[in-house]
Amino acid sequence: MADFKLEDIRNLFKNKSRIEVRLSGAGGQGLILASVIMAEAVGLFEGKNVAQTQAYGPEARGGATRADVVISEGEIYYPKATKVDLLLVMTEEALTKYKHVLKPEGVLIYDEFYVHPKTLPVSRSFGFDITRTARDVVGKMVTANMVALGIISALTGIMSEEALKKAVERKAPEGTEEINLKAVEEGIKLVKERFK
Amino acid sequence: MSEFKRVGIIQGNEACAVAAIDAGVRFFAGYPITPSTEIAEMLAAELPKVGGRFIQMEDELGSMAALVGASFAGLKPMTATSGPGFSLMQENLGFAAMVEAPCVVVNVQRGGPSTGLPTKASQGDVMQAKWGSHGNYPIIALAPHTVREVYDATVMAVNFAEEYRTPVVLLLDEVIGHMRERVVLPMPEEIKVVNRKKPSEPPEFYKPYKHTEDYIPPMAIFGEGYRFLTTGLFHDEMGFPTSDDNEITKLVKRLHKKIYAHEEKIWRYEEFMTEDAEYLLIAYGSAARAAKEAVLLTRKEGKKVGLLRILTVWPFPAKIVRELANGKKAVLVCELNYGELVGEVERATKGLNVPVFFKGRWDGELLHPFEIRDFIKGV
Amino acid sequence: MAFDRTAHKYLRKNFKMPTIWCSGCGIGIILGSIFKALEDLNMTGDNTVFVGGIGCSSRIPFYVDFDALHTTHGRPIAFATGVKFAKPDLNVVVVAGDGDTAAIGGNHFIHACRRNIDITLIVINNKIYGMTGGQYSPTTKSGEKTTTSPYGHIERSFDISKLAAAAGATYVARSSVYHVTHLDKIIKEAFAHKGMSVVEIMSPCWTTHGRRNRFKTPVEMYKWLKDNMIPLNAWEKLPEDKRAGKIPYGVFVNKKDIPEYCEAYYEHIIKPNLNKKRRDFSEDIEAMKIKLEIKAKEGWHV
Repeated sequence: MADFKLEDIRNLFKNKSRIEVRLSGAGGQGLILASVIMAEAVGLFEGKNVAQTQAYGPEARGGATRADVVISEGEIYYPKATKVDLLLVMTEEALTKYKHVLKPEGVLIYDEFYVHPKTLPVSRSFGFDITRTARDVVGKMVTANMVALGIISALTGIMSEEALKKAVERKAPEGTEEINLKAVEEGIKLVKERFK
Repeated sequence: MSEFKRVGIIQGNEACAVAAIDAGVRFFAGYPITPSTEIAEMLAAELPKVGGRFIQMEDELGSMAALVGASFAGLKPMTATSGPGFSLMQENLGFAAMVEAPCVVVNVQRGGPSTGLPTKASQGDVMQAKWGSHGNYPIIALAPHTVREVYDATVMAVNFAEEYRTPVVLLLDEVIGHMRERVVLPMPEEIKVVNRKKPSEPPEFYKPYKHTEDYIPPMAIFGEGYRFLTTGLFHDEMGFPTSDDNEITKLVKRLHKKIYAHEEKIWRYEEFMTEDAEYLLIAYGSAARAAKEAVLLTRKEGKKVGLLRILTVWPFPAKIVRELANGKKAVLVCELNYGELVGEVERATKGLNVPVFFKGRWDGELLHPFEIRDFIKGV
Repeated sequence: MAFDRTAHKYLRKNFKMPTIWCSGCGIGIILGSIFKALEDLNMTGDNTVFVGGIGCSSRIPFYVDFDALHTTHGRPIAFATGVKFAKPDLNVVVVAGDGDTAAIGGNHFIHACRRNIDITLIVINNKIYGMTGGQYSPTTKSGEKTTTSPYGHIERSFDISKLAAAAGATYVARSSVYHVTHLDKIIKEAFAHKGMSVVEIMSPCWTTHGRRNRFKTPVEMYKWLKDNMIPLNAWEKLPEDKRAGKIPYGVFVNKKDIPEYCEAYYEHIIKPNLNKKRRDFSEDIEAMKIKLEIKAKEGWHV
C-alpha cells in the first residue's frame, strides 16, 4: 500500500464542485441511516447542496443495500452516483459489485471485519476494523455505521467532526445519542492512529 | 432571537405529506404499499394534530371509495399508492371523475406490470393515469422532479382538485418519493390554498350538476340541506339518471371542457437551455434529472441540446411541445418505461418534419445521463 | 302515524315514478319501514344520508328526499365509511343487496363490522342478482335454479347475519318483508343503535328467482316466508333435525359496550394530539446553527 498523507487525501475533497459518495453493504448494517446523517451534516451544517438516494431489495432485512450521497456546491440534477469519489464497503459482495464505479483517484474504505480484498481496486484503499471496533470498543455492534461515519469525517473532511456530531444528535434514535457519538469518536480515533 | 424555517434533508414522500396538510387535506384513506407507505405513515401521525382523519382501509378499492365519500362530506381527501393499488383504484377513480368529487391520488410509481419491482422506480403508469378507468373522462396529472417540487405539485394537485371538481393524480416515482434532498419548504402562510366553489342558491333551486359557464358546477356537501342525489350513472343537471342522448353528450362534453378549457392554466413546464437548442429533449419526473445532466454533458461536447421538462403530463401540453419542437433537428423523449408519453409527443409534432426518438429504461433503474448523452450522439 | 302520508313526505320530488321495482317486490315495503323508523326517531332532518351500491335495492337512494350517493357495485359500505368518518354527525344509511354485501363487497362488509363504525346497513336479501336478470348470488340456496345455475346450484350459501355477527357488528337482526311489524321494530332499533348495525331482510324476487323455482306467484313466496321463518326464541328450542330449510328471525346481536369507531378515533387519536406541534421540518435556524444560505437555489419553482 502506498503511503499517503492525511492532508493529501483531504485535499482531494476540497473545493470539489460535486462529490459522490456510496455507502454499501448488507441490509441491517444501518447504511441508509448513515447516509441520511451524512446528508444532514453536509446539507444543514456545512451549507452545501445534497441529495441522498438508496437502492434496496423488497425485504426489510438482509440483501444488498446501497445508499448514495451526492454533495455539491451548486445544483444537483442527477441525484445518483455516476463515478464515486468515496466508496464505503461493509461486505465482500458490495466490494465486488461496486469497485468498478470508483474513480481512479477515488477513495475506498472497507470494513476489515467482513472484507478481505486480495487486490485493491484503487491506490487510496483503506481498511479499518469497523465492526470489531463497534462491538468491542463501543460495545454495540449496530454502531458500526457510526464508526464508519467518524472515519469518513476524519479521513476526507467532507463533513467536519462538529457537523457530523450535530447530525448524529438530531437523527439517532432517542436514548442512543451517547453511544452513537462514542462510536463516531472511535471512528475518528482509528483514522488519527493510522496517520500518526 | 429565534427564526423558524422549514429546512431539512427531506424525502419526497415526506414533502408530499407536509404539503397535503398545508393545502388543507384533512382526510386520508389508504392501504400500505411500497414505495408510497411513508406518506400514509406520516399522515397517520400528523392529520390528528390538525383535526384531520386517517384510516387504513381493507384495500385500495375501499380507499378510493372512502375518498369520494369524504369529499362529499366536505373534506379535502387524499390517498397514496403504487402500481398494484393504482390499478385497484381505477374503478372508483372513474366514479370520482363521473360525480366530480375533488380528491388527490398519489401514485409513487414502481416497476410493473403486476407486483413487478416494489422497491424500484418506473414511469410506467403515465398512460394508466389518463386511461385507467373505463369510459370517457379527462384527468389532471402532475409529475414533479425534485423534493421541493413534490411540495409544490402536491399543493397544486389539491388546489386543482378543488378548483376543477376533479380527481387529480400526482405521479411520483420511487426515486422522487424516497430521495432525500436538502430543501427549504415554504411556510404554510406563503402558499395559496383554493377551496371548492359552493352553491349560492337556496336548496330548492340547486342543480348539483349544472352546466355553468366555466363548466364547473358548484358543489354542495352532505348535511347542509341540499338533499341532492349523486350517481355514477349518466345524469342530468339535477343528478338524476338519464339515458337521453342529448344529456349524455352534454355531460361528457362538459367533463372534458372543464379541464381542456382551462388547460393553459393547468400546464406547468420548465424550459432548460432551450433558447439556442438545436435538439430538444422532453422528460418529466425523475428521468428529467438525468436529462438535465445530459444536456450539460452534451453541451460540453459542443452539441446544442435543450430540455422541455413537463410537470403537467395531463392534460398533455401538446401546444407547448409543438412550439418548442418546431425547427429542431430532432426531439428525444426520455422516460422510465417502454414508451408512453412519446406517443403524445409524436401526435403533437405531426407534420413538423422533426423526427422523434425515444430513450427508455424499464429495469427499475434511473436513466443514466451518459446513456442519454450517447444516444444524442447517435441521433 | 299513518304510513301512506309518511311515505309521500320523504319521497324525492320531481323524480321519475313509478319506481323500477317489479310488482310483488318487497323493496317498497322496506322503504316504508325505513321512513317510519326515521320519522319516529326524528331523523328526517338534513343530517341523514343514504348510500347505495348497484342493484335493485341500491336504487332506494334515488327515491328518498335526502342527501344520497349511488355508488359502484360492492363499495357502498366503503363510500359510507368515508362519509361517516369525515363527518360523524351524519346518520349514514347503506342499502345494499346480497350481492353487494356478501360477494363483490364482502371485504368492505366484514371490515366495517370489525371497526364498529356507526353505519346502518340494510341488506335486502333476495338470494339472486335481480337487476341483471337472475344470476346466482352468495345467498342462493343449493339446488336452486338461476340463469347461471341452470342445472341447479351446487354452492353453499352465506348466512349474512352470522357473517356480520362473526365479523363484529354490534347490532345484527333479521326479518322479512312478510313480518312487517317486526321489520319496523328492528329497523328502528338499528337506526337508534350506535355502532355498526346490520339488518338482513328476506325479500323475495319473483321475477328473476321465484318463477324459475316453482313459485307460481309472488304471493306464494310471501307465504313461504310466513311458513318457513321462525322467531329466534322458537328456533332455539327447535331440535337440530327440524331446522332444515327454515330461517330464524329476530335480533341476534345487540351489544352496547363496544366503542364506536369515529368516537374512538376522536377520543384516542384526535383529542390527545390536537394542536400538537406538527412534524413539518421547521427548525430554529439560530439555535440549531443551520446554514440556510447555500449556493444552489432551493428547488425549481413552478
